[in-house]
Amino acid sequence: MAKSYYDPADLRKFGNITEWSEELGTKFFDYYGKVFEEGALSAREKSLIALAVAHVVKCPYCIDAYTKDGLQRGITKEEMMEAVHAGAAIESGATLVHGVQMMNKYNKLSM
Amino acid sequence: MKTKSLKARNNKLADTQRQLDILSNSIFAEGELPFFKDKLAESGLFPLRPKKLEILQINVGYMCNQVCEHCHVDAGPDRKEIMTRETMEECLKVIRTTGAHTLDLTGGAPEMNPNFRWFVEEAAKAGIQDFIVRSNLTIMRANKKYHDLPEFFKKHNIHVVSSMPHYTRGKTDKQRGDGVFDKSITALKQLNSVGYGLPGSSLRLDLVYNPSGAFLPGDQAALELDFKKALKEDFDIDFHDLFAITNLPISRFLDYLIASENYEEYMYSLVEAYNPAAVDNVMCTNTLSVSWDGWLYDCDFNQMLDLKVQSQVHHIKDYNESLLNNRDIVISQHCYGCTAGSGSSCQGSVT
Repeated sequence: MAKSYYDPADLRKFGNITEWSEELGTKFFDYYGKVFEEGALSAREKSLIALAVAHVVKCPYCIDAYTKDGLQRGITKEEMMEAVHAGAAIESGATLVHGVQMMNKYNKLSM
Repeated sequence: MKTKSLKARNNKLADTQRQLDILSNSIFAEGELPFFKDKLAESGLFPLRPKKLEILQINVGYMCNQVCEHCHVDAGPDRKEIMTRETMEECLKVIRTTGAHTLDLTGGAPEMNPNFRWFVEEAAKAGIQDFIVRSNLTIMRANKKYHDLPEFFKKHNIHVVSSMPHYTRGKTDKQRGDGVFDKSITALKQLNSVGYGLPGSSLRLDLVYNPSGAFLPGDQAALELDFKKALKEDFDIDFHDLFAITNLPISRFLDYLIASENYEEYMYSLVEAYNPAAVDNVMCTNTLSVSWDGWLYDCDFNQMLDLKVQSQVHHIKDYNESLLNNRDIVISQHCYGCTAGSGSSCQGSVT
């Protein structure tokens, strides 16, 4: 067994998950492929969304994959960093908006 | 940014055999990745054979005013390999009789060959349908004697194909050297001003994009839209087509891949993106490449690896098109670069 939880070489083996559950694996990869096709949103826009989400879910494989994907699409580093900030802002906003819950509870319990 | 060629730096990779060894060892020898030959055989495409010759590509010398980090020619100001007028005469004999519809001059910076203009004038008389000069753009601004190149190209109805790695300054200069972006923009404006690249103009101006790093080019059509929008909005520049070309793992790009520890990952990307449909139209099947000293190769990349054509005819002085067309194309693992994704050739994607 590897001594670390993450190995960059494992990303290439992602497709292997289908071996232990062919139906679900195939369905997932079909869906995944379809999601990132050109649609109402361009493939370029979706790549930036994926990069932002990759950071929010803190997936090192996804960060590697979508940084490379962005480079291939000619996306600039400024655009990539803005996408990461958009993800980070929502993530921190999601934490901070719970501050209202804290304030509500505080007020309810206080005289 | 390096300012000398691998050759001038006495880098081990200046030795082509060393490059070929690297491309056949480690991940390939250990069976992690299949040899290109086996991959072709799997698709029933081995041996790779030429179709009708369409493009004659002549490399008139390795001297260049730039030392781009990814250059597969290892070109630069210190390279002295320059085609002589005698070899050009031999080439002209072939140009006058060939069945190829396209003549493609490349380098180095072809304009730096002292006989470049004479050669273009003579070759243009042969009435080739499509006469390409691959110009790096900055050469037009490098010295006063090159300032009139746009007019010269126009006079001979040359199809100009120019490299432009990105529409932003930072990415361009990192790959090609400081100041390259601004000079390229000036040269493009100059070409536009004499009619090159304008919508509907018969003076063709195409741009070549190749990735500035260890990644493959994205979709050519999408990149073309981005380039067109950015160059038009920011600089009012027009051009016709964008060719997205994959960097092949040889010469200075191979040196970069190894030094940045990207070699294995890059080879994986190329092999994983192998596309049998791209093999059908890969450029070695319709192109012959001539070196500065008259030797014949299946493509410019094989020329840089010194892999000469496998034919009874090896040199321009013995040129015989039908004999040459009856040959097996010489391959190695660098060929994965031309068969990845949508494929790659000097004319961009092939599928």
